[in-house]
Amino acid sequence: MESRGALRPNRGFGLRSVLRAFTTPTFGPLVVLLGFGLFFSIATSTFLATGNLSIVLQQSVIVGTLAIGQTIIILTAGIDLAVGGIAVMGTIVAGSLVNDGYQGLSALLIAFAITTGVGTTAGLLVSRMRLPPFIVTLGLLGIVTAATRLISRGGAFPVDNELMSWTGNSIRLAGASTTYGVLLMFALYALVWVMLTQTAWGRHVYAIGNNAEAARLVGIPVQNTLLSVYAFAGLLYGIGAWFALGRIPNADPNALQTANLDSITAVVIGGTSLFGGRGNLIGALVGTIIVTVLRNGLTLMGIDPLWQDLVTGVLVIAAVALDQFSRERLR
Amino acid sequence: MTTADGRPAPSAQDRDVILEARGIVKHYGQVVALDGADLTLRNGEVLGLVGDNGAGKSQLIKVLCGAVIPDAGELFLDGRPVQFRSPLDARRLGIETVFQDLALASALDIASNIFLGREVRFQGALGWLRLLDKRMMTAAAQQFMGQLKFHLPSIDSLVEALSGGQRQGVAVARAAYFATRVVIMDEPTAALGVNETAQVLDLIKRIRDDRGLPVIFISHNMPNVFEVADRVQVMRLGRRVALTTPKEHTMAEVVAIMTGATPGNVLREQRGPAQTP
Repeated sequence: MESRGALRPNRGFGLRSVLRAFTTPTFGPLVVLLGFGLFFSIATSTFLATGNLSIVLQQSVIVGTLAIGQTIIILTAGIDLAVGGIAVMGTIVAGSLVNDGYQGLSALLIAFAITTGVGTTAGLLVSRMRLPPFIVTLGLLGIVTAATRLISRGGAFPVDNELMSWTGNSIRLAGASTTYGVLLMFALYALVWVMLTQTAWGRHVYAIGNNAEAARLVGIPVQNTLLSVYAFAGLLYGIGAWFALGRIPNADPNALQTANLDSITAVVIGGTSLFGGRGNLIGALVGTIIVTVLRNGLTLMGIDPLWQDLVTGVLVIAAVALDQFSRERLR
Repeated sequence: MTTADGRPAPSAQDRDVILEARGIVKHYGQVVALDGADLTLRNGEVLGLVGDNGAGKSQLIKVLCGAVIPDAGELFLDGRPVQFRSPLDARRLGIETVFQDLALASALDIASNIFLGREVRFQGALGWLRLLDKRMMTAAAQQFMGQLKFHLPSIDSLVEALSGGQRQGVAVARAAYFATRVVIMDEPTAALGVNETAQVLDLIKRIRDDRGLPVIFISHNMPNVFEVADRVQVMRLGRRVALTTPKEHTMAEVVAIMTGATPGNVLREQRGPAQTP
């Protein structure tokens, strides 16, 4: 490559670039993941079993998918507190429709349409009315949760449908057992990663979160991009609901209580800044696995589930503090 | 071609005029930001736009670049009446603006910022998939910065890692890269040190001489304006009060007109009747 111009690409492999690798958004989370993995391998005899590692991935599927939507929203300097509620609504809608005699596919598509609709509503309120995402999604959480309970009349019910449980079906791949849901989640990560890093839409998502006024001035369609982000996140939550029914064929209005905290934690631990405009999707996948490993490992150690929430809470605050600290050092 | 008030369009009078604003009025409630402001930009010139704080310089250029929609007044580009309802409208017609806050996304790299909002897709199948040709954009950005002889550490640097002058250079380069008619710069030297100011002033001359684009240069730094401007327009109380050159008036005289200590050379009566809203 010709580099005689005023600018020379700086791609060395010196100490400086090694140091930079240690501080890049994905490397830190990987170290944390390895740390937790090491800890649980020593603390329990069962953590490292291939069966358990496969279960960790299967347990990651729901939060992992919700974290994709959460990531694109947080990248725009927003936040989604309704993520768990919307996903639960998806499971209840799809489950009720199937139990009412709808075909699996049409029930699923209607559920996707409804979660996308809720996301679109959030997007309209955030982009057109310029309401703070925090308040919009907090309000929607209340609305969606109440609506879900009204639809389900408060109770959980089993969902017996082939398509609904399909994502929980196992396949053997390279000697290990996994589910279609896990593979689909990886495919979604790949797709959205390409969208974020290789398309103009992705650039615009980052630019809006980084400097919305600059984005507007350079002619980025800020409102429509924000709308598309929230709508797309809603669709992803619907897919997350499908994966949830694949894991447990039961529609429960009280399920996924920890999904909000877990998805935000996953995104933030993964190195995406709550202030928007910085971060990466792969970090959210690593962050999801960290959160799952934590819950899985603590369960294997026989520790009260309440401690899991406590540790997750500590983790998210620590990750945000680290982000804040590194941002201040940049100035 | 005639204008709304039946007078001949400016191009009939003067083919050299690229951009003209006539009788621009902008109110914000009771506050009159622009009170019938005029501006004429000629081919191949740097027009210095000076004025005290609140004189309406920034408001006027925001009208020229589509960021503010005026209550009354007319705009002409190449003699044709134009209306901008957003910065995008002005940009489509080749008017590029460097805003005072630069409008850069600091967490993105230099090339991404130069092509921000105007990303280039691959040709062919990959383009159909809406994928970006990053290599092309990086190469183009690098080559263009080289042409402008503006030195930056690395085209891969994030903008937040750059100095104030380097950031200014990125914003100016972006405008110069895409402009086909006019480049507008709002206080590009306000936050810069001596060396960096010299670099940016150099860049302005290069845009005029090498790129052949007329530049509107807003500043309240008289020495900077007198160094690069071919003509100087003085704003006061939302109007053009003087139009001069660095040869006709000294800096002190221009400052006196700016502050109202001496009257300018443009009389209010010279403006046509079309300006009354």
